[in-house]
Amino acid sequence: MGQTKSNVWGGGERPYNVSYGKMMMWFFLLTDALTFSGFLAAYGFSRFKYQDIWPEAEVVFTHFPFMHGDHPLLFVALMTFILIMSSVTMVLAVNYGHKMEKKKVILWLSLTIVGGAMFLGSQAWEWGHFIHGTEEGRILADGSIIHGANLIMNEYGHPLFADYFFFITGFHGFHVFSGVIILIVILINVIKGTYEKRGHYEMVEKVGLYWHFVDLVWVFVFTFFYLV
Amino acid sequence: MSNEQKGNWWIWKVFWILLIVTTVEVLLGVIQPEIIAGTQFLGTSLLNHIFIVLTLVKAAYIVLVFMHLGFERKSFKWTVLLPAFILIPYLLFILLAEGSYSYFMM
Repeated sequence: MGQTKSNVWGGGERPYNVSYGKMMMWFFLLTDALTFSGFLAAYGFSRFKYQDIWPEAEVVFTHFPFMHGDHPLLFVALMTFILIMSSVTMVLAVNYGHKMEKKKVILWLSLTIVGGAMFLGSQAWEWGHFIHGTEEGRILADGSIIHGANLIMNEYGHPLFADYFFFITGFHGFHVFSGVIILIVILINVIKGTYEKRGHYEMVEKVGLYWHFVDLVWVFVFTFFYLV
Repeated sequence: MSNEQKGNWWIWKVFWILLIVTTVEVLLGVIQPEIIAGTQFLGTSLLNHIFIVLTLVKAAYIVLVFMHLGFERKSFKWTVLLPAFILIPYLLFILLAEGSYSYFMM
């Protein structure tokens, strides 16, 4: 027994000091991070290739609900704020899980779900504006006018910009959506007292890891789609 | 060491850091200051380099504090981080270099 204690890899204990489930969640997140890097790197490729005709995000996304005029970056800054805020409520839920305070876990987990739903709503609004485009639209060489963007044409510039936008923010949005569903399932379990009986709230922690990852991806999407 | 005893202040500290860094990014993005937006450095403007550095700062706080990786055992920390640190710059280098090459070849 003394020997296994002196040697971490000698068997008899967890060499990484994390549970199986948590370690697998980390490995999943690592692969997912590589997937998103692949998407964003591909976006970078096209952007470098078509650098003369690539639209600038500040010109494309200038709308804000109930306000007129140009407000570049304002709405997406609000979306970022919502997601950061929901990340904070998630850490609070995990933290109260460590202390086994069921009521506070329920409160902060519910607020996290609300934040996720608000983010999804904002994204739908943003997509709607991008798809419908401007009043004036853009006049093509053959005289026809196009409004907004879809997978084949894009009023604001190169069609690939719209393709990447729909694909990457859509893939991220799908992550947020699945996150909200998983959080709801976990919340039901917390209310039912499953983790109270189990003696620990590690499940909340694992979902928390996933939720922070969604926030992490958004930080990069925000930078490479809207700022750079 | 352990976060259980520390209360909640460290969560709000990271929240304020993330909020302030994001606000700085948005302000720089709206104003586009001529001095840094006009200066070219390593293939893109100085402003873009600032954006990327600020983004990495935010990412570090999320991964190390919110996701608690900074408090895990060192071997586990590097098992997760090293593949990303090796593969992502490699992928970026290849695709971005090829992207600018195909721009000049078009």
